[in-house]
Amino acid sequence: MKILVAVKRVIDYNVKVRVKADQSDVDLSNVKMALNPFCEIAVEEAVRLKEKGVAEEVVVVSIGPKACQEQIRTALALGADRGIHVESDVAPDSLAVAKILNKIVAEEAPQLVILGKQSIDSDNNQTGQMLAALADMPQGTFASEVVVDGDKVQVTREVDGGLQTVELTLPAIVTTDLRLNEPRYASLPNIMKAKRKPLGVKTPDELGVSIDSKVSVLKVEAPAERSAGVKVADIAELVEKLKNEAKVL
Amino acid sequence: MNFNLTDDQQAFADTARAFAEKEMAPFAAKWDAEHYFPIEVFRKAGEMGFMGMYTPEKAGGFGMSRLDAALIFEQLAMGCTATTAMMTIHNMVSWMIGEFAKPEIAEEFCSGLVTGEKLGSYCLTEPGSGSDAANLRTSAKKDGDEYVLNGSKMFISGAGATDVLVVMARTGGEGAKGISAFVVPADAKGIHYGKAEEKMGWNAQPTRLVTFEDVRIPADYLLGEEGEGFKFAMMGLDGGRINIAVCSVGTAQAALNTARDYMHERSQFGKPLATFQAMQFKLADMATELVAARQMVRLAAFKVDENDSDKTTYCAMAKRFATDIGFQVCNEALQIHGGYGYIKEYPLERHVRDVRVHQILEGTNEIMRLIIARRILADGAADLL
Ligand SMILES: Cc1cc2nc3c(=O)[nH]c(=O)nc-3n(C[C@H](O)[C@H](O)[C@H](O)COP(=O)(O)OP(=O)(O)OC[C@H]3O[C@@H](n4cnc5c(N)ncnc54)[C@H](O)[C@@H]3O)c2cc1C
Repeated sequence: MKILVAVKRVIDYNVKVRVKADQSDVDLSNVKMALNPFCEIAVEEAVRLKEKGVAEEVVVVSIGPKACQEQIRTALALGADRGIHVESDVAPDSLAVAKILNKIVAEEAPQLVILGKQSIDSDNNQTGQMLAALADMPQGTFASEVVVDGDKVQVTREVDGGLQTVELTLPAIVTTDLRLNEPRYASLPNIMKAKRKPLGVKTPDELGVSIDSKVSVLKVEAPAERSAGVKVADIAELVEKLKNEAKVL
Repeated sequence: MNFNLTDDQQAFADTARAFAEKEMAPFAAKWDAEHYFPIEVFRKAGEMGFMGMYTPEKAGGFGMSRLDAALIFEQLAMGCTATTAMMTIHNMVSWMIGEFAKPEIAEEFCSGLVTGEKLGSYCLTEPGSGSDAANLRTSAKKDGDEYVLNGSKMFISGAGATDVLVVMARTGGEGAKGISAFVVPADAKGIHYGKAEEKMGWNAQPTRLVTFEDVRIPADYLLGEEGEGFKFAMMGLDGGRINIAVCSVGTAQAALNTARDYMHERSQFGKPLATFQAMQFKLADMATELVAARQMVRLAAFKVDENDSDKTTYCAMAKRFATDIGFQVCNEALQIHGGYGYIKEYPLERHVRDVRVHQILEGTNEIMRLIIARRILADGAADLL
């Protein structure tokens, strides 16, 4: 079967994020960019399914400016077979991404689509769900285990109360949680091989999708600085504060 | 001329950085304290392709440029200086065998070396000949289709934990022309290993005296022809000096980053250290000199890749400068930490101890000056542009 993995270029998780002076956005100048960690987990899962003989081909798709091809190459170096770059200089919102992915799904007809549950820049956690609705496919979100069995996939989900396992009929959408796997590093030979793997470029226009957003960002602010903590004298005082000040007990 | 990293180089550096952050940095202090040689990391590094980077493809290596290798070693050194330095020596050994051994011998030894399943040591220095390496005394006498080695080698990195030695030994008369290089299995009969030296730094790898007592090896294990050994040893060291220089640059970058963060965190007189201009100027100088050192090393690596006739001079300059600057930056980073820089809870004192030896080995920085001065004072010498 074929697996489609959607990957996003985001600020590297090690970078201390700064807000632009005019509060229009996060400052991206001179900032290290990387593959979204949840997407990396998605790629790893797809590659493992290929290594197990469950999948024959892993296709990665990324939407955004030309620089996204770096992240596609990273995914190819991790073991994906082919890349698709949907080039757009405007950052599309989640719905536009889901619409584009829906077209790619229609073209590629994958049996399984794996996405990160969210990207660490905007933390929306909605693209996979939107895609499932648009493509009319079952979804298993926040996966911590994925087992493909014939035309079904069992997805163990991390939910508030613990773990929940759902069974979906393929084709299906899965979004990854942090504990699904630990991604490998790209080895030097695989980085070199990635260069020779095919990478096709499309535009939203060609796919017939408008990326005009109905959402506009009004203002971006840094979270409030955490104020220093207080020392309590004994457990009694701690419990008293938890009860009456924090009101968590 | 383009100073930017290519996409590939960026990807190489990124993957090396990720490896350094996860597989080395968290353990480096423990390895140092326990004098632990992390053999499993070399195996993993082999899977990544770090163990035979510029070993020629004909011998099963990756045939990468010295510049690419330098970018990778720099990132790795940010994780653990001593471990990365051992990897660089191993790469030098693997290259020498791959480049100069007879094809079937190269294949036999390099197949294990490039995967990191086998490790290599470089044996040039002797108790009586350090800087004056061309004066070495270890002998190799031809006996039928074998050579018989006698003598001893001092300060051999990795010795006792490695599998393959490249040994420079005398087959002819006095001086450099009488020296040949050999591949020697580290467990050959008659090789004795001394105790692990107690060192100031580089504690994550052993350094030992290696003694050869009637060690017999097949004549085929000679690299190139008799009398070429010193030339090969020096060619190896051109690359080795780049590698040691980047180990200083990478470590200094790690020290600088730690100091930068500390300047934001630590307050005295009611203000973060980062607000004191004297501290800011110190940091600015550290960063400026570090960038200069880094560029110089990359230039030298480029000269080796281009086989420039002045490559040895550039490598000597880069090694001298980058290891001096590297030490200085680590030392200043320690100073920025005040008393905390001096205790082992912070990595600064280890950085200082680890990079100190880079000013000494693979040719002392005094010897680097000799090489540079010889070139500049040569009859009719052209300017270095
Ligand atoms: C931790 C460690 C690991 C090592 N690993 C290896 C290894 O793996 N393989 C290997 O072969 N060697 C190795 N070495 C040896 C290293 O390369 C030598 O120590 C170095 O070349 C210096 O030689 P020496 O110690 O005999 O010092 P000497 O040559 O005795 O030098 C003493 C001092 O005199 C100076 N000096 C000497 N000659 C001159 C001159 N003509 N003009 C001006 N100054 C001069 C030197 O710069 C130095 O300051 C290692 C050393 C150490 C400490």
